[in-house]
Amino acid sequence: MILVFAERSDEELFRQALAFARSLGDDDVLAVGIDDPAGYSPDAWGTALAGVTGDRRASVVVGPGTERGNEVLAHVAAMLDLPMAANCTSATSGDPLTLTRIRWGGSLLEEAQLHGSPGLLTVAPHAVAADPAAESDVVELVSVAPDGGVRVSERVETTTAGVSLADADVVVSGGRGVGSAEGFAVIEELAALLGAAVGCSRAVTSAGWRPHTDQVGQTGTKISPSLYIACGISGATQHMAGCKGAKKLMAINPDNEASIFASADYAVIGDLHEVVPAISAEIRKTRGGG
Amino acid sequence: MNVLVSVKRVPLTGGKIVLTDDERAISTRHLGFTVSPHEECGVEEAVRLIEQHGGSSTVLTLGPPEAEEQLRDMMALGIDRAVHLVTDASDEWDPQATANAIVEAIRAEPDPYDLLLFGNESADAGNYQVAIRVAHKLGLPVVTGVKAITVESDQSVRLEQEVPGGRDVYVVPMPAVATVKEGLNLPRYPSVPGRLRAKRKPVASSTPARPQPQLEMVRLVLPPGAGKETEVLGNGADAAPAVVKVLDELGLL
Repeated sequence: MILVFAERSDEELFRQALAFARSLGDDDVLAVGIDDPAGYSPDAWGTALAGVTGDRRASVVVGPGTERGNEVLAHVAAMLDLPMAANCTSATSGDPLTLTRIRWGGSLLEEAQLHGSPGLLTVAPHAVAADPAAESDVVELVSVAPDGGVRVSERVETTTAGVSLADADVVVSGGRGVGSAEGFAVIEELAALLGAAVGCSRAVTSAGWRPHTDQVGQTGTKISPSLYIACGISGATQHMAGCKGAKKLMAINPDNEASIFASADYAVIGDLHEVVPAISAEIRKTRGGG
Repeated sequence: MNVLVSVKRVPLTGGKIVLTDDERAISTRHLGFTVSPHEECGVEEAVRLIEQHGGSSTVLTLGPPEAEEQLRDMMALGIDRAVHLVTDASDEWDPQATANAIVEAIRAEPDPYDLLLFGNESADAGNYQVAIRVAHKLGLPVVTGVKAITVESDQSVRLEQEVPGGRDVYVVPMPAVATVKEGLNLPRYPSVPGRLRAKRKPVASSTPARPQPQLEMVRLVLPPGAGKETEVLGNGADAAPAVVKVLDELGLL
């Protein structure tokens, strides 16, 4: 039996985990959810999942590649003292279980063997197509002790103004080439004209020019807009890991050898301080005339 | 209070990753090294906590002899001392072996730690589990993905995690383990006096034996390139009309 941890904070990623589990072989697949009226507790949920893993004599336990998916599976792994592979893109059952997983936020892949049973895996986001939703989906619910584990004691709601970076349809980002916090005025102007969110690279947040909430990258926000306009960004792997979900990439950079151009659909060779205001002016002209 | 922060030496990869001939590592002939970004914030937080509450901060790494460079870098930022678990650079340690070696080292320390900080995941391997394994072995509470830390007067610690629409707050008794994420703070740059002091700060080294890996890397593979056709729209400001034409075609005007 293969168990799927029904961590459903992101239904799409849960369904990807389900599809991944079904691709592993002929074993029955059972989705297991946690019934916890007291909210979320990583270790109490891990205890519950480890319990059902033993009861069902599971050969493999698959979790979605969400924060909670990785966290709870890691608790199960720690409790059972078993190896665990996070963010797998494919796997083949066997002894040992063989798998491919992502490193460097997806800039590199690792082929590995997992020695230990049951095999504990999480599925890298968007590595496989999601299992279609079906009426017949069975999710077995397991209860946890409401007073056990480390628990959230308070939820602080925050309101965000403007377009959220993660959900924006268009993102305009600036990198080291912007040169200063004030230099972002031209980026903000273009973003406003396009109804876009403003992003930046890690060099910018490290310099203190923009808050970390604006950072696109492996350790920042991962974005998937229709269009990503990267201005004065060289294209380090750290940055590309955050924007590889963009459907189209336009890069503006004075260095025609910049590595970002290798991933770009559209390239403008030039200084963003000249190019970006010219684009904004051209948009105004087009709209004014139309 | 005593704060421990764990770091991992990783290459500064730049724009393009090149593998070694045996495909088991990134070729670092032309690369510098750093620690994982989340860990830089862990180090900054450890320094701030000690500045605020008094006590001692320790940086720990499991890594090759060259990782002493990163330990000195972290001590230049204000960490007081270092623990180096020296490994053979050619053998990767899996998360279980790493956690077990860290636990052994913590147990061998003369003074207990009140707070043990880790990065949420390493920049390179990204296994998301070493800190959780350490917490279980030591019987300590663990909270992951932390973006704010406040030590309370009653020896508990308030740990805040960003979630969609807000922040989840955990309050746990110390000693406790937390994994932190970039954005927790803005790390400082090292000062020249800091660098000089770091040269004289103590590093306790030991050489743990590497067990057989249970998550065993076979080889590394570069993902297939996007194979993109790049359309050059022009040079400088003269490219603006071509850019606007593209924006129009994409239905964004």
